[in-house]
Amino acid sequence: MSVVFALVDCNNFYVSCERLFKPDLRGRPVVVLSNNDGCIIARSNEAKKLGIGMGEPFFKKKAFLQQQGVQVFSSNYALYGDLSHRVMSILQQLEPEVEIYSIDEAFIRLPVQHDRTMTECALNLKERVGRCVGIPVSVGMGRTKTLAKIATSVAKEYPGYQGVFDLERCPDQEAVLATVKVNKVWGIGGRSTKKLNRQGVFTALDLKNSDGRRIRTVLGLPGLRAVMELRGESCIHLEQCPSARKSIVSSRSFRKPITSLQDLKEAVSSYISIAASKLRDQGLAAANLHVFLSTSRFRTDIPQFSGSRMITLPQATSCTPTLIKAGLRELTALYKPGYPYNKAGIMFTGLSHATMQQQNLFISAGDIRNKPLMEALDRINDYWGRDTLRYGSSGLAREWSMKQVWKSPAYTTSWTELPMVGTHQVKG
Amino acid sequence: MLDDKRLRTDATISGVYGVDRKTWISLPIFVGGVSAGFPSPAEDYTDQKLDLNELLIKNQAATFFVRVDGDSMINAGIHHDDILVVDRSRQAVSSDIVIAVLDGELTVKRLVRDAHCGRLVAENPDYPSIEISKENGCEIWGVVTSVVHQF
Repeated sequence: MSVVFALVDCNNFYVSCERLFKPDLRGRPVVVLSNNDGCIIARSNEAKKLGIGMGEPFFKKKAFLQQQGVQVFSSNYALYGDLSHRVMSILQQLEPEVEIYSIDEAFIRLPVQHDRTMTECALNLKERVGRCVGIPVSVGMGRTKTLAKIATSVAKEYPGYQGVFDLERCPDQEAVLATVKVNKVWGIGGRSTKKLNRQGVFTALDLKNSDGRRIRTVLGLPGLRAVMELRGESCIHLEQCPSARKSIVSSRSFRKPITSLQDLKEAVSSYISIAASKLRDQGLAAANLHVFLSTSRFRTDIPQFSGSRMITLPQATSCTPTLIKAGLRELTALYKPGYPYNKAGIMFTGLSHATMQQQNLFISAGDIRNKPLMEALDRINDYWGRDTLRYGSSGLAREWSMKQVWKSPAYTTSWTELPMVGTHQVKG
Repeated sequence: MLDDKRLRTDATISGVYGVDRKTWISLPIFVGGVSAGFPSPAEDYTDQKLDLNELLIKNQAATFFVRVDGDSMINAGIHHDDILVVDRSRQAVSSDIVIAVLDGELTVKRLVRDAHCGRLVAENPDYPSIEISKENGCEIWGVVTSVVHQF
């Protein structure tokens, strides 16, 4: 039995999330900004038509956006994360073989059956996600993941396909590949594109028809893999169970550079609190804690410093005070006075399931004592919103906190920020 | 290895995984203990705890909570500030209480359909019914399955 890959991709995902609870934003230009309101990371189709580019710095476009009446949002990851999780669960309810590839994309392996056309199946996925979660998606199908990805971009680009395109049953696959620039092929980045262009390879079709050995000498194995995938030989398989996550990161850029160790300690404590609650949420414990710190790479006029330290904990843990204590010790060792730091962060690695931890006879007592405390902390913060209860070391004034001027409510993850349904007044 | 899509997920969400989050896990408990005398009469009934989620939520991924603003549904037992449980996976049928999009806003009303048309009806005589038409862009957002009223 042959199989095809389908790629389900949420359309302008962050914008669609913002529109779900604000239907008046449909049909209007909307953009979403990155952390700290730095640059534009999502655009509605209307905003794209106004010529607003991906990744453009917000301050450069601010006046233009205002003048065009573009609705601006700070990123609201609590909302996007929850809605992403819902989209993925719906897909998993419908199909057994789903790989969650990113926050807004999933690959599905579909056996080709005679009693259903693939297009029908894809339309059903799209309809179900649209109805149950309210997020519009596009679905592309092909014999390999690389081809499915190309099919999805076709499905998005041409409204006539109603968001579904099957490259496998397309009468002239080569004509489609000829319209796709080689830098749009999965795994072909900017530097590879330059190398390929020098070889006279400009489109996906050129790459498909290239000599595999030659491409391998230019780009190595990933290049050969791209060629094979374009020819319909599947080399990138479905990763269904990323059994456990490998790391959890929490880091931010500061609103303005900070120099004092005390302020950095507050920031790092807060990042550890956030990441530790994620650990507990997934029943994980961390064996290693990394702390990193850097000045702005873009400010060549000021002294630069960037460094990181890692500590292996005596025992894997998810206990916030234990982790904060270790983290602050590492930060103090890492800190050099006199530099204007613009970013700090922490990362947990060596993650294991909390139940399978190696017990250490001498250390575990503290964690066990703290377990009910951590559970109460998480419950309170889940209910009243993140940061209702926090460790004193993470500070109260928060000089360093993120700039999020236009953030929408945490509609789906905080009881105090639920969407409001009104009493409709007849107008006019 | 990272492509731009993955980078876009940003540091605040460092991974998204299909984990089944349960607010409560019901475990059978054994309370009878070891007894030389009569077994506790409660023993037969202790194998399950009750979870309100199980009662109120049929399709977790499609269920949303919204808060009521106003008194237009008071006669249906829906008060100002109540929380409604909304299931988007349910197909709305006549006489369902629904969340609808009207003039770009979310509103709660009762759906009444006959052979010719559909109307959104308030459960309060002070509010008029609204005809569902293409012109007012009215559409059903979800079906209300329960109301949570806290005293």
